[in-house]
Amino acid sequence: MTDRTHDDRGRPIAVITGMGVVTALGVGKDDNWRALTDGRSGIRRIGRFPTDGLRTTIAAEIDFMGAEPRVATMCFDLAVLAVEEAIGEAGIGSRADFPGLLVTAVPPMELEWPERRAIAQSAAARAEGANRHITGLIAAAATGEWTDAFANVQRECVAERLADRFGTRGLPVSLSTACASGASAIQFGVEAIRRGEADAVLCVGTDATVNPESLVRFSLLSALSTHNDPPEGAARPFSRDRDGFVMGEGAAALVIESMESALARGAGMLGVVRGCGERADSFHRTRSNPDGSAIIGALENALADAGLPPGAIDYVNPHGTGTPENDKMEYLSLAAIFGDRLPEVPVSSNKSMIGHTLSAAGTIEAVFSLLTIATGTLPPTINYNTPDPDIPLDVVPNVKRDRQVATVLSNSFGFGGQNVSLVLAAEPH
Amino acid sequence: MAILVSQAGRPRALITGVGMVSSLGDGADGHWSRLGEGAPVRPVVDDSLAAPYALHTIGEIAYEAQIPGRGDRRQMGPWQLLGTYAAGLALSDAGLAGDDEAKSRMNLLVAAGTAERDPESDAAVLERVHSLPADGAALNRQMMDTLRPTLFLAQLANLLAGNISIVHKVTRSSCTFMGAEMAGVSAVENAVARIRSGADQLFLVGASFLAAADENLCILAGLGRAWKGPWRSVWQRAGAGGGAMAGSVGAFLVIESGEHAERRGAPCYGEIERIVSGRDAPGSDACPIRRVTGELAPGPLLVLSGASGIEPHTGAERQCLEELRSRGFEPAVRGFASVLGLAEEAHFPAGLALAAIAARRRAAYDPFDDSGFEQPARAVPERILVTTSGQWRGAGAGLVVPAG
Repeated sequence: MTDRTHDDRGRPIAVITGMGVVTALGVGKDDNWRALTDGRSGIRRIGRFPTDGLRTTIAAEIDFMGAEPRVATMCFDLAVLAVEEAIGEAGIGSRADFPGLLVTAVPPMELEWPERRAIAQSAAARAEGANRHITGLIAAAATGEWTDAFANVQRECVAERLADRFGTRGLPVSLSTACASGASAIQFGVEAIRRGEADAVLCVGTDATVNPESLVRFSLLSALSTHNDPPEGAARPFSRDRDGFVMGEGAAALVIESMESALARGAGMLGVVRGCGERADSFHRTRSNPDGSAIIGALENALADAGLPPGAIDYVNPHGTGTPENDKMEYLSLAAIFGDRLPEVPVSSNKSMIGHTLSAAGTIEAVFSLLTIATGTLPPTINYNTPDPDIPLDVVPNVKRDRQVATVLSNSFGFGGQNVSLVLAAEPH
Repeated sequence: MAILVSQAGRPRALITGVGMVSSLGDGADGHWSRLGEGAPVRPVVDDSLAAPYALHTIGEIAYEAQIPGRGDRRQMGPWQLLGTYAAGLALSDAGLAGDDEAKSRMNLLVAAGTAERDPESDAAVLERVHSLPADGAALNRQMMDTLRPTLFLAQLANLLAGNISIVHKVTRSSCTFMGAEMAGVSAVENAVARIRSGADQLFLVGASFLAAADENLCILAGLGRAWKGPWRSVWQRAGAGGGAMAGSVGAFLVIESGEHAERRGAPCYGEIERIVSGRDAPGSDACPIRRVTGELAPGPLLVLSGASGIEPHTGAERQCLEELRSRGFEPAVRGFASVLGLAEEAHFPAGLALAAIAARRRAAYDPFDDSGFEQPARAVPERILVTTSGQWRGAGAGLVVPAG
């Protein structure tokens, strides 16, 4: 069947009818887009906990929520803001009745260290016998004092609560591909629509893990920037003096529908997911294969899935974390794909301003990619003062640029070797 | 979501490889010899490790048989070792272990819950901050000194998939479903849906679950879901409040399209003929058991029930299964959590593995308990229903039929 609501492989076309976003730059698309295009950074000195003894003391924290931050509750609260904005824009379903599936990209949710300490103390007081550690721990757990803590480390809890709040259909799905998670959530939704399993999918990515342990862990991997002063200057994607990423918090939601269904209910279409591509890397747990094959594979798969040649891409929203390795590898992969045309394809990194929002990055940056298309404005890569001669890219340095773009490539590459790329476009054909 | 039913002219989803490790043993044959016809069923239970809760734990495993690289093994804690090992078993069982070309086209779906921490590091940090003031600075310094970065990656739930890709060279696509029992259901459902739609041909799907991992114990015990006391079958716990006995399991399946299996002459266990999931509670009108059996003709039905012992879920499922009798089915129920434990994200894949083994053996398991609820099967199983309900919420069910 070939009609305008199906692509040339006969698959239902997936369109976006609503979007919402929250980052350290603010709540909602308007505030975020204004700040992003103005080149403002949401990266600050961490205020939520003492940073003595830590090599990195900055992050794009979301500090306007007010509530006691716990990963699961903050992830849920941020997601709710983003979903409400997206559903409001899409005008789909009604309050607490979303006529479709839910897929969420979520981070690991673990006990906070103050809780871990308190539980350990309670456990020590109850420990006995040969297996003191475990028996003490279980006895402490079973007192019922930590019900809240344990309920909030169930990995599915954010999705379950979102399903309750918004009345989505079927089993809510929570997934993780580390830093590619947000993009994987979009891919999952698009594929469900293409298979005809749903007319609508709510795709959510959320991450609120700026806590001491996460900072220490990434720091021990030498992944984080230590350019703490000034904080706004730390995230330097593609620069010669880049030294790592800066953690960020945030959430985004997209209402993705079949084009047929969107047309039938007269919904405005904000853009199209033309293609999704992925490729797993078997080289190393934190480093990509130096030949770039897995990343190039993901980009090629996305273009092939979209049925488009590299020449169709007007702009790239890169993974662009600002780590020495990623940016070099990403440049080489883009060079392999675009060849001589690469200097004409702008590539600007949102992470220079919102930090690396980890599990949420793929969804947040998809929203920004669609806003780039909708507004004809390319956000800049800020802190670009010392170009890397080995990375000759047009990074839209420091200042936004007016440019009409119709087709964008959005990349997300995760620790553990999962690489995802999306082709987002203004038009379905 | 809508039920996925095998349709004429559409690709079939076949189970062609089983990799399973549990308290009962290692591999398809290992499990059949412990549970199959004529074998006396003796659950392997440790009731001292986590007293007063009893667990099903796994003995020593020769990981090097499936993870030959010492460097690879050192990157992993016990959760990832178990999963990567079971994944290797499944690939070997499917005849794909040495087929790098096929594995480069293989899609990997993993279900993961609490992932992995380094308990020694945690204990060391706690020990050192114990007598210090409860301010962040002291904790920060201890963490910087004590935590091991490589094992941090294991707290990223997708690292089991990452290690399977690296060790076994499975590299087409990869996704990790987060959660407990329902993550395992969603992972299998996704594989079946993608095969049926013709989009993909070859999958490795499964999970690893460690009963004795601190967080797993804390969640079960801390949320009042754990069975206290010595072993009883899942159908015999309701009177004392119910509860689950956690069971360590690594369970992976190779699932592929009929055409792909035929082309390479793959051994076949059976077909996942239908599968459905949802949030409707067991026993409700739209529960998965009702939806899967809705259009089925009455007759003999082997039921590998994942009922965990947790109430009211177990009682509700029991009623639903008893109702099958009045609808003309002859259900021979086997509560596999009685013998494996509740394996959380590995539970549904484990149930499917047991179904696949029985389908290929063309024989049913004897009752797993003497409660009277589990009746001997009168016939060779032509249809095997596999169920799993979430310890919190949600449920899934699938129907396995012998390969044609």
